[in-house]
Amino acid sequence: MTPALPEGIDAPDDGSLPPGAGTGAAARSFGVYLHVPFCTVRCGYCDFNTYTASELGGGGSQHAYAVTALSEIHLAADVLDRAGIPARPVSTVFVGGGTPTLLAVRDLVRMLDGVRDTWGLEDGAEVTTEANPDSVTPASLAELAAGGFTRVSFGMQSAVPHVLATLERTHDPRRIPDVVRWAQDAGLDVSLDLIYGTPGESLDDWRTSVETAVATGVDHVSAYALVVEPGTKMAAQVRRGQVTLPDEDDQAEKYELADDLLTAAGLDWYEVSNWARTRDGRTAACRHNLAYWRGHDWWGVGPGAHSYVASDEPGARGVRWWNVKHPSRYAARLAQGLSPAAGREILDDASAELETVMLGARLREGLVLSALSPRARTAVATHVAEGLVDGRAALDGRLVLTRRGRLLADSVVRDLTD
Amino acid sequence: MTPIPSAANLTSIQPAATAPELLRNFCIIAHIDHGKSTLADRMLQITGVVEARAMRAQYLDRMDIERERGITIKSQAVRMPWEVDDTAYALNMIDTPGHVDFTYEVSRSLAACEGAVLLVDAAQGIEAQTLANLYLAMENELQIIPVLNKIDLPAAQPEKYAEEIAGLVGGDPEDVLRVSGKTGVGVTELLDRIVELVPAPQGDPTAPARAMIFDSVYDTYRGVVTYVRVIDGQLNPRERIAMMSTRAVHDLLEIGVSSPEPSPTKGLGVGEVGYLITGVKDVRQSKVGDTVTNSAKPAAEALGGYSDPKPMVFSGLYPIDGSDYPVLRDALDRLKLNDAALVYEPETSVALGFGFRVGYLGLLHLEIVRERLEREFDLDLISTAPNVIYEVTMEDKTVIQVTNPSEFPGGKIGEVREPVVKATILAPSEFIGAVMELCQTRRGDLQGMDYLSADRVEMRYMLPLAEIVFDFFDQLKSKTRGYASLDYDVVGDQAAALVKVDILLQGEQVDAFSAIVHKDNAYAYGVMMAGKLKGLIPRQQFEVPIQAAVGARVIARETIRAIRKDVLAKCYGGDISRKRKLLEKQKEGKKRMKTIGQVEVPKDAFIAALTSEQTETREKKK
Repeated sequence: MTPALPEGIDAPDDGSLPPGAGTGAAARSFGVYLHVPFCTVRCGYCDFNTYTASELGGGGSQHAYAVTALSEIHLAADVLDRAGIPARPVSTVFVGGGTPTLLAVRDLVRMLDGVRDTWGLEDGAEVTTEANPDSVTPASLAELAAGGFTRVSFGMQSAVPHVLATLERTHDPRRIPDVVRWAQDAGLDVSLDLIYGTPGESLDDWRTSVETAVATGVDHVSAYALVVEPGTKMAAQVRRGQVTLPDEDDQAEKYELADDLLTAAGLDWYEVSNWARTRDGRTAACRHNLAYWRGHDWWGVGPGAHSYVASDEPGARGVRWWNVKHPSRYAARLAQGLSPAAGREILDDASAELETVMLGARLREGLVLSALSPRARTAVATHVAEGLVDGRAALDGRLVLTRRGRLLADSVVRDLTD
Repeated sequence: MTPIPSAANLTSIQPAATAPELLRNFCIIAHIDHGKSTLADRMLQITGVVEARAMRAQYLDRMDIERERGITIKSQAVRMPWEVDDTAYALNMIDTPGHVDFTYEVSRSLAACEGAVLLVDAAQGIEAQTLANLYLAMENELQIIPVLNKIDLPAAQPEKYAEEIAGLVGGDPEDVLRVSGKTGVGVTELLDRIVELVPAPQGDPTAPARAMIFDSVYDTYRGVVTYVRVIDGQLNPRERIAMMSTRAVHDLLEIGVSSPEPSPTKGLGVGEVGYLITGVKDVRQSKVGDTVTNSAKPAAEALGGYSDPKPMVFSGLYPIDGSDYPVLRDALDRLKLNDAALVYEPETSVALGFGFRVGYLGLLHLEIVRERLEREFDLDLISTAPNVIYEVTMEDKTVIQVTNPSEFPGGKIGEVREPVVKATILAPSEFIGAVMELCQTRRGDLQGMDYLSADRVEMRYMLPLAEIVFDFFDQLKSKTRGYASLDYDVVGDQAAALVKVDILLQGEQVDAFSAIVHKDNAYAYGVMMAGKLKGLIPRQQFEVPIQAAVGARVIARETIRAIRKDVLAKCYGGDISRKRKLLEKQKEGKKRMKTIGQVEVPKDAFIAALTSEQTETREKKK
């Protein structure tokens, strides 16, 4: 079971974008997300669109995947071209999964080459891949760097064995400092992903995890509260009473602890769940993800991947679509020369406004107050008084959440959108 | 020989030209679900007034809610021909409401008849409300024809219940007819017996016209349709009629009988039952129990038994969405046209905004009105806990009528009086203990107890009305595995030691949760309500204390801790659509919140808080 795709309208078989999509593209960057839908095992909490080998058949195999993905890249170029959007060199590439490093490095590089050959890469483009700590070696990391990757994000999750066991993560936490060093030696920027609020995790367990991550000297850390999605194995365990979820107060406390420890270590928050170091005026923040939050354009390649092309047109402020979920169907659609899109939505003004506020409010750089409705601008004063919104930034015309505000970001967003 | 009269014989029973001795007016007394409507349908079919293929299940129950709940709210009358020994008779079947709230309407229906079919489910035996209506019919000296229905059911115990009924009406168990409305078995015999036993109406055909209104129904196209039974004289088409209670005069636009579709006639004579249409738009202008006479030649004296419907139970009704207030007002105005017992006046609640305090005959009436408002007018409503009228005498002897707990006065109270009812509970004898225990906790006073049969008992209690309007019936049902039945009648009032318990959220009084309770129950109520609300109100961005207080004295306290986290951890490319939709949904949910002070309280919290535990668990099981 993977997350249900959103409800939307049908997407055309040739992938054509609706009229007006892409207007104003010159002012936006263009990113590419490459989804790798494979894992050796599925973790109990995971609801991502990923498959173990035994779950697959047909043309969706790992072996042929890079070739299939390349055919979507070619289709993408054609679709954007037909929509009259001038080709832009790609600013950021992000390979996510699943477990991208389950594919041979040459396959990952081959997909990156496909992006480069199609649109070109901007100078200094950020090229990230996710990786499992137990599926990399010094040689494979060097090979990635040589192939053009600039950044690797490791799914560390925790430094504590019993927490990893509950999450069904198979890697040895003692490996973390090594893999970080190997990646840094290969010239890659490194990020570590952490999860807090796992059943059975104490505050001290969490402190250990954050401190271990910090001690590796990485410049970027993401920390996510565990969310048990319906349909996952962990959801079933919770339902049967086999595991007990920590309450939200516990999660809030752990968030605050992480924020304290990371800030003290020189990693500043730049998004609700992301912290980065700034060295020599250059931030280690993930530019690919920032582009999502800032409403830029991106193409998501792969089964279940979402894509977004914004637009300046009133009433139809951008189109978002998502691919069919299953790798075999995905491959079959492309083999027939059809767009793999399963559905799409065209954002009306209200939805676009909600997204702008919802995404912008998550960022340290915040949201220009002029993006808010007059009523919402008035409500900001109350939020400042309640300690949810930073007063100084508000005076400068930006909405920036305080730490308390970050923990209650969704309530603030609901209040600020009509 | 078919019992449906031949064309030649039918001439003797034409409306307005039927001799009283050829008329039989009867009603059917039965409990909900005992098959009255099915039996009525079968009679319509067997007497040929409705053809089988035109038969709609339960023809006489017109409103959707009635059909769904299997109950009859509005009675009607149907004229059916029937032949016995080559003589044609016109039978008027007057359908009666079957519930405790409509006792007055039942009494008027009974007053329009000379006979009553006592219909009892052969698998269940008689129920309390049926018993009450039976007593009412016997007091009216109606000829009772006892009948066991559903004898086709495998669970039927006709011998046992025939004995029970014979014991009640006096007679031989052998005389209790056995029928099946479903299959039609015994229905012909029943019709014969009605002709044989029900006395013909008597009246003075030469006297000034007097007809009793036993029902009054608003029809969108025709205005008010008034159902009458002529006692004396004759009503004729196009004459002017007068209502004797109000002296109001109307032109008779149409007069006729239902069989079962309305058909105009040349009038209605002594003993006949039919309908009148005058073009009035409000059933209040044509009140049940009133006497209709000829305006030019009026009767000197009205028929007895008329009284205005008196609301006994009150509850606040508020739209969830404040902007629906005008819709609610219009909807009540519309319902009123068809419901003479419905009274309401505008009311403002600090917690709930603008709404109405609505008076009902009883709990079923309340439920029906609320359901109709929600269904027919697409309204989303909160109704506050039902309460009764209290009469509060202050020490300075001023008297205050309280229909809303939040109006209960502070200051120096001399005496509080509350209405009391005489309740009849029928239950299998194994539940005597459970029923007594329940009644005791509700300040009940046992008046007497009789065995109806070896294992069924009738218990009579005096109970404060306030103690039964909330959840008494649910409790009674759950404590007797559904076997007990209840009937009650308001008989007066009594002084009682009552106090008002207020509920405060963040120091602010929530008027909708105020309750008037006996002083011995105040603490328990406060603890229960505060605890319940703690579980129902979602955590807010700040700490919310919940207090229960009698006057200035806090008797219970709970605290809802502040929420600390309300943010989704991840929001990347593939999450944005889902996240946005989630927020949209939450925003929709927020619209269904009422803000009290700063605290957002979901509609469901009001409903759940105002509902009893038992009802809640039952709803959840569904």
